[in-house]
Amino acid sequence: MAYPKDFKYTKEHEWIQVTGNTATVGITSHAQESLGDIVFIELPKVGAQLAAGKSFGTVESVKAVSELYAPASGKVTAVNDALNQTPEDVNKDAHAAWMIKLELSNPAETSGLLSADDYEKYVAEEK
Amino acid sequence: MSSTVEGQTLRKTALNALHRSLGAKMVDFGGWDMPVEYPSSGGLMKEHLAVRTGVGLFDVSHMGDILLRGPGALEATQWISMNDASKLQEGQAHYSALLYPEGGFVDDVIVHKLGNNDYLLVINAGTREKDYGWVKKNVSRFHLHADDVGDYYTQIAIQGPQAEATLQKLTNVDLSQIKNYWFKHGTVCGLPNTMIARTGYTAEDGFEIYVPSDVATSERVWNEVMAAGKEFGAIPCGLGARNTLRLEGRMALYGHEISDTINVWEAGLDRFCKMDKGDFLGRAALEKAKAAGLTRTLVGLEAVDRGIPRDGYKVCDAAGAEIGYVTSGSYAPFLKKNIALAYVPPAHAALDHEVFVEIRGQKVKCKVAPTPFYKRAKKA
Repeated sequence: MAYPKDFKYTKEHEWIQVTGNTATVGITSHAQESLGDIVFIELPKVGAQLAAGKSFGTVESVKAVSELYAPASGKVTAVNDALNQTPEDVNKDAHAAWMIKLELSNPAETSGLLSADDYEKYVAEEK
Repeated sequence: MSSTVEGQTLRKTALNALHRSLGAKMVDFGGWDMPVEYPSSGGLMKEHLAVRTGVGLFDVSHMGDILLRGPGALEATQWISMNDASKLQEGQAHYSALLYPEGGFVDDVIVHKLGNNDYLLVINAGTREKDYGWVKKNVSRFHLHADDVGDYYTQIAIQGPQAEATLQKLTNVDLSQIKNYWFKHGTVCGLPNTMIARTGYTAEDGFEIYVPSDVATSERVWNEVMAAGKEFGAIPCGLGARNTLRLEGRMALYGHEISDTINVWEAGLDRFCKMDKGDFLGRAALEKAKAAGLTRTLVGLEAVDRGIPRDGYKVCDAAGAEIGYVTSGSYAPFLKKNIALAYVPPAHAALDHEVFVEIRGQKVKCKVAPTPFYKRAKKA
């Protein structure tokens, strides 16, 4: 599994790609793999304020419901509504199927997140 | 993933190592270490669709089997189960249930008539010990032996429109001569006297075969069936697909649609309960319950708004008052809808009636839908 080096990762299996004070968020390939076939995704509305570590939506496979946790605090500036119709895109390519874009309120927060290498190690240990 | 639960070792079927070698995701199901889906098959959705359109294989060896054998076998079966076993012919099976004197379910069962003095009950995995204890206790006054023979068999379900073509390659029995819910004994994969039943839990055509439970034989049969089904796209299927398949077909699952606190009338299983066959356990309570009338009934729901109703979620009326609960709910892979079974008061059970399922604090609109949600086309 290739985890992009320019992303950061949470222990709850989200990824975040930060550019200045904006960011893009999705779930990791490992997350989609353990969930199985994803059939439903519920995302916040544009303008919603997210707090780091707090739930911002849900992703559901046929079998299970999982919470999505914000990797960083900020305001939602865009939502990938296409996932309403084709949630399976997350199974196909989790690192391309972004969920939300954020305007970060505290970009320094993301320094505490895992690097691609650390995340890969974390996942290997979790198995 | 832990292989023990509260210090108890999970039980394994003879095919456990094979499932693990296939890379199956394993779960604790009623104390058994079972495959929930096979990423190598493409996952739950692909498995579900294979059964609807081709053929899929399930290891259902965790199911229990109780053999009632002796001159009192029919009388005992009649006493402990609600369907009329006297109507069964040799080689025929039917859906039935074991009831408590209070009218609730001990379990649901498939009763097979092997011979005049010989009945086989196929029961659920999670209730094996409870069922066997209960059966043994309640048949003690009849002239028969009740034996727990579940560990003697590896039970493989071959399900789907291509199940017959798949299995026919491996047996001398003319499968076209076995009607739905009938069974025959014959040679399968070189194993003589193997039971082949046209039964299943998928709302699809298919067979369940009962072979000796040693690992070598079990793996050989599994692999031979897989090879025979290859041209039809046969894949291993897990309990995840088994659940969504049975839900589309409105088949009850113990602990969900039926339990010790739910009765036959509520569950809508009237046609399997023969009140006029003579006395049986639970009959008096059912008579009372019938006279008292229904306070809740099992309905099918289809989500109108976005959201997946799931097991245990509350059902509310238009005013927001709680009126019932979801027993099973899921995205339905073949129907491509979000569906559920739920208990609601009869006043809310009319087709197309609107109810609301509470999903994470939000009321999601659903309508009462006809069941079974999926019904396979009858053969011409």
